[in-house]
Amino acid sequence: IRFILIQNRAGKTRLAKWYMQFDDDEKQKLIEEVHAVVTVRDAKHTNFVEFRNFKIIYRRYAGLYFCICVDVNDNNLAYLEAIHNFVEVLNEYFHNVCELDLVFNFYKVYTVVDEMFLAGEIRETSQTKVLKQLLMLQSLE
Amino acid sequence: MPAVSKGDGMRGLAVFISDIRNCKSKEAEIKRINKELANIRSKFKGDKALDGYSKKKYVCKLLFIFLLGHDIDFGHMEAVNLLSSNRYTEKQIGYLFISVLVNSNSELIRLINNAIKNDLASRNPTFMGLALHCIANVGSREMAEAFAGEIPRILVAGDTMDSVKQSAALCLLRLYRTSPDLVPMGDWTSRVVHLLNDQHLGVVTAATSLITTLAQKNPEEFKTSVSLAVSRLSRIVTSASTDLQDYTYYFVPAPWLSVKLLRLLQCYPPPEDPAVRGRLTECLEAILNKAQEPPKSKKVQHSNAKNAVLFEAISLVIHHDSEPNLLVRACNQLGQFLQHRETNLRYLALESMCTLASSEFSHEAVKAHIETVINALKTERDVSVRQRAVDLLYAMCDRSNAQQIVAEMLSYLETADYSIREEIVLKVAILAEKYAVDYTWYVDTILNLIRIAGDYVSEEVWYRVIQIVINRDDVQGYAAKTVFEALQASACHENLVKVGGYILGEFGNLIAGDPRSSPLTQFHLLHSKFHLCSVPTRALLLSTYIKFVNLFPEVKGTIQDVLRSDSQLKNADVELQQRAVEYLRLSTVASTDILATVLEEMPPFPERESSILAKLKKKKGPSTVTDLEEAKRERSADVNGGPEPAPSTPSPSADLLGLGAAPPVPAGPPPSSGGLLVDVFSDSPSASASCPRGASLSPECVPARRQPVSIPVAPHPAGPAPWTPLTHTLFLVPRFVCKNNGVLFENQLLQIGLKSEFRQNLGRMFIFYGNKTSTQFLNFTPTLICSDDLQANILGPVTKPVDPAVDGGAQVQQAVNIECVSDFTEAPVLNIQFRYGGTFQNVSVKLPITLNKFFQPTEMASQDFFQRWKQLSNPQQEVQSIFKAKHPMDTEVTKAKIIGFGSALLEEVDPNPANFVGAGIIHTRTAQIGCLLRLEPNLQAQMYRLTLRTSRETVSQRLCELLSEQF
Repeated sequence: IRFILIQNRAGKTRLAKWYMQFDDDEKQKLIEEVHAVVTVRDAKHTNFVEFRNFKIIYRRYAGLYFCICVDVNDNNLAYLEAIHNFVEVLNEYFHNVCELDLVFNFYKVYTVVDEMFLAGEIRETSQTKVLKQLLMLQSLE
Repeated sequence: MPAVSKGDGMRGLAVFISDIRNCKSKEAEIKRINKELANIRSKFKGDKALDGYSKKKYVCKLLFIFLLGHDIDFGHMEAVNLLSSNRYTEKQIGYLFISVLVNSNSELIRLINNAIKNDLASRNPTFMGLALHCIANVGSREMAEAFAGEIPRILVAGDTMDSVKQSAALCLLRLYRTSPDLVPMGDWTSRVVHLLNDQHLGVVTAATSLITTLAQKNPEEFKTSVSLAVSRLSRIVTSASTDLQDYTYYFVPAPWLSVKLLRLLQCYPPPEDPAVRGRLTECLEAILNKAQEPPKSKKVQHSNAKNAVLFEAISLVIHHDSEPNLLVRACNQLGQFLQHRETNLRYLALESMCTLASSEFSHEAVKAHIETVINALKTERDVSVRQRAVDLLYAMCDRSNAQQIVAEMLSYLETADYSIREEIVLKVAILAEKYAVDYTWYVDTILNLIRIAGDYVSEEVWYRVIQIVINRDDVQGYAAKTVFEALQASACHENLVKVGGYILGEFGNLIAGDPRSSPLTQFHLLHSKFHLCSVPTRALLLSTYIKFVNLFPEVKGTIQDVLRSDSQLKNADVELQQRAVEYLRLSTVASTDILATVLEEMPPFPERESSILAKLKKKKGPSTVTDLEEAKRERSADVNGGPEPAPSTPSPSADLLGLGAAPPVPAGPPPSSGGLLVDVFSDSPSASASCPRGASLSPECVPARRQPVSIPVAPHPAGPAPWTPLTHTLFLVPRFVCKNNGVLFENQLLQIGLKSEFRQNLGRMFIFYGNKTSTQFLNFTPTLICSDDLQANILGPVTKPVDPAVDGGAQVQQAVNIECVSDFTEAPVLNIQFRYGGTFQNVSVKLPITLNKFFQPTEMASQDFFQRWKQLSNPQQEVQSIFKAKHPMDTEVTKAKIIGFGSALLEEVDPNPANFVGAGIIHTRTAQIGCLLRLEPNLQAQMYRLTLRTSRETVSQRLCELLSEQF
């Protein structure tokens, strides 16, 4: 995984997680480009878009686009379902997650991401295990 | 506001976020942020020591402000302080701040590393996790230096918690990716492989990623992972859906882990051990079987997870390419997906089939789906799916279906999306050429291409059709007739005018017998387009006219009138004016014989790789263009233990000109925008030294073969220069600096071709001498001349003598072995003496053995590049040259030249994307010299600045000289 982005339809970034070195201007450019390519696509299109030398695997949940940028020969469906797995965990953790949860708890979202993805790889896929760990961390002060 | 109501957050933070959200305008937001920043700054500077909670809250606010896109220039110290807190929430915010706002402030790095070190040693799994995540997120070289030794220990220690192991594995992966040199291989590697057996599937998931990456670079060391991965996979695939509990996702057992294991196996050939191999085949069959079973759930998550594994299994089957049965089954499965209602599946099936098409076992099976694929081209709504359909049609094309596929692509082209038109044009042009049985079909196809998508027909495509028409005399008359008819259209594309002008200029006489296409009609037809065309096309047409003067004496007067008109003779464009003046003069003063010699038909072009294919490769990256023939040849080469390369014979492919083994890029110097006569002077010495045998109509056409008319602007043009028996070409032919194969020298008698390869400090060059006459050359003696100095620095060159008699039309070859002992600047001279028809001939050329041939490219990340760049800051190590561009400043051509020069082209390294940077190592017997280069184009000034930094002054100097000649 090169980066993970969560954006709303207006293009506001709700989470940006980078696994590659980019400078700040470049990050901003990438965010805008991803938004531009993803939002023009309709439901009949695939969940995959070629993007520079990479590809974006994305899925839309209500007004939020969850995008993962991976290498061209990576497994599309595996990452598509990784997004869903991640969303299910967020949903469970925040009890019916909505965009505002991600805004107000941005620092917790990073923890969820790090539990499930690390160094650009899938780290843990078991929802039970991830949630158990998150609840344990939640209980710490 | 759920976070606030939950009461576990930071109230001040929530209020602040609410405030920001309530801001009506950007200005209000900035005002609110500035107020907050002032507040935080005063708290941090205040006398009162802040408690941990407040510190955490303020650091978190700063982080939020940063994430909104504002600069943060303080708070780092407070964040670092949080790292040493004993409270998880405070530590977590501290680490988060560090991970997001990495700062290379050395003082801080030391403090951060210290905190990480403490946490790693804390034996508290939560804190260890935070520290590892921070390393994995930042992944800087400093961190690699500090922790690359420690993390493997944590990873394989017996008492490490599972969740820490997971983090450690991926943390190590990150460090290995950024600084592989700092991660020492050692005892831990074998224990890491055994993590594939771990009971905790999360650990296996993380470890598999690490092992895959390590195995790609060190396949031998991680070979044992194959059997372990197979047995793990087998346990997953054959498990009942409840066995894996936590790791079952919508009734699919451990889909992500299965995918990772299958990818790991793609680092290796099929297992040698028959037991392992059999077990793997069982797994793959089981996965294929499951695809046929009724779904356990109607949810898309179930089918996606299942198919993720299936596609990865198919990738492995294709990678192994050894089980015909599995390949065909895979193909049938994908065939079902082609008609699936899920767009994703149709897309992936098309993509996957593309690779299947290149396997000889499944090529036929793929072809069976042609109708479905054509249908996809017509009906798919998503352009990316249509693009895949085009790719697949291209991949499945062979002689049996070429006509159908080309016709379908042409008809799709009429409505195709602009974004993919150029690529389709290239593909059609390649297929039409490759599978043409009937060349009239080929000519028709290309003309159709120009008609339908003229704007997307690049120069390579129309150059190619001309090369082919010139080389094949059976199609020339047809081509002339067809272009003549196509030009009748009231509006035709300029590319058609170019092709038409060139072909009629060469072969217009073949259709002149028909009164409907009499010479005068041909001329008027072309000239009616003249005023609509751009300068280069007009220049080409002027050359056509002078060719007409030779072909059809009866139109000479008309043409002279046109050339004489003010709009030509006094044309504001200097190139057009010069052509008009010179051609007019030539037509007036030269005798018929001289005209016939100067304006003779173009000689056939030498065989070479299609420049179109090169272009497509350049566009898509070489690996993505599956050239069927090549793939098959490679495979048979494997089986037969590698046949000798046969450089001079046409390859078995059906390419009209034979796809020679020439390197794909660069295909010669870039087409210059300068005109014909300018080219005479700027062209390589070999071309100007040789005698023109025919006037090239278009100087841009096929650069390596340019032999334009050289007519002095003088009252008495001498016609072709008298041929001199002694020819010296003692300049290095510049284009050979960046390429290894091609024609080095050519005159009326002799052609010298080269094919060379270099590896590290060794090289081997094949020199081909072709006797172009029908008479035998006698006493043929090529000699290599090296100065003593050069002789000492490049060992050899050892040559084997050649037979002193070279028959007419024959070609002999000679091999030269070279070893680079130390860096050198001169190039050896090849001197050839022979007797031809009683006269003694003597030719000397410089052999393009240059220092850069011993380059090995080196890939590196941006930070490594600049770090090494700084290390080479000694003034003797740097050589810089600022020079004017001699060729058009084309990014792609420049990239190709840098790669051809031998260094790696590093993308996304230079902060300015217009600049080019490269890195490589020059190998000599005595030393390896690291080289970094940076080329900064200035488009406005048409200048370049080239900077070379290497550890040796002479090397910097020489490389800079060589490379600066290239642009």
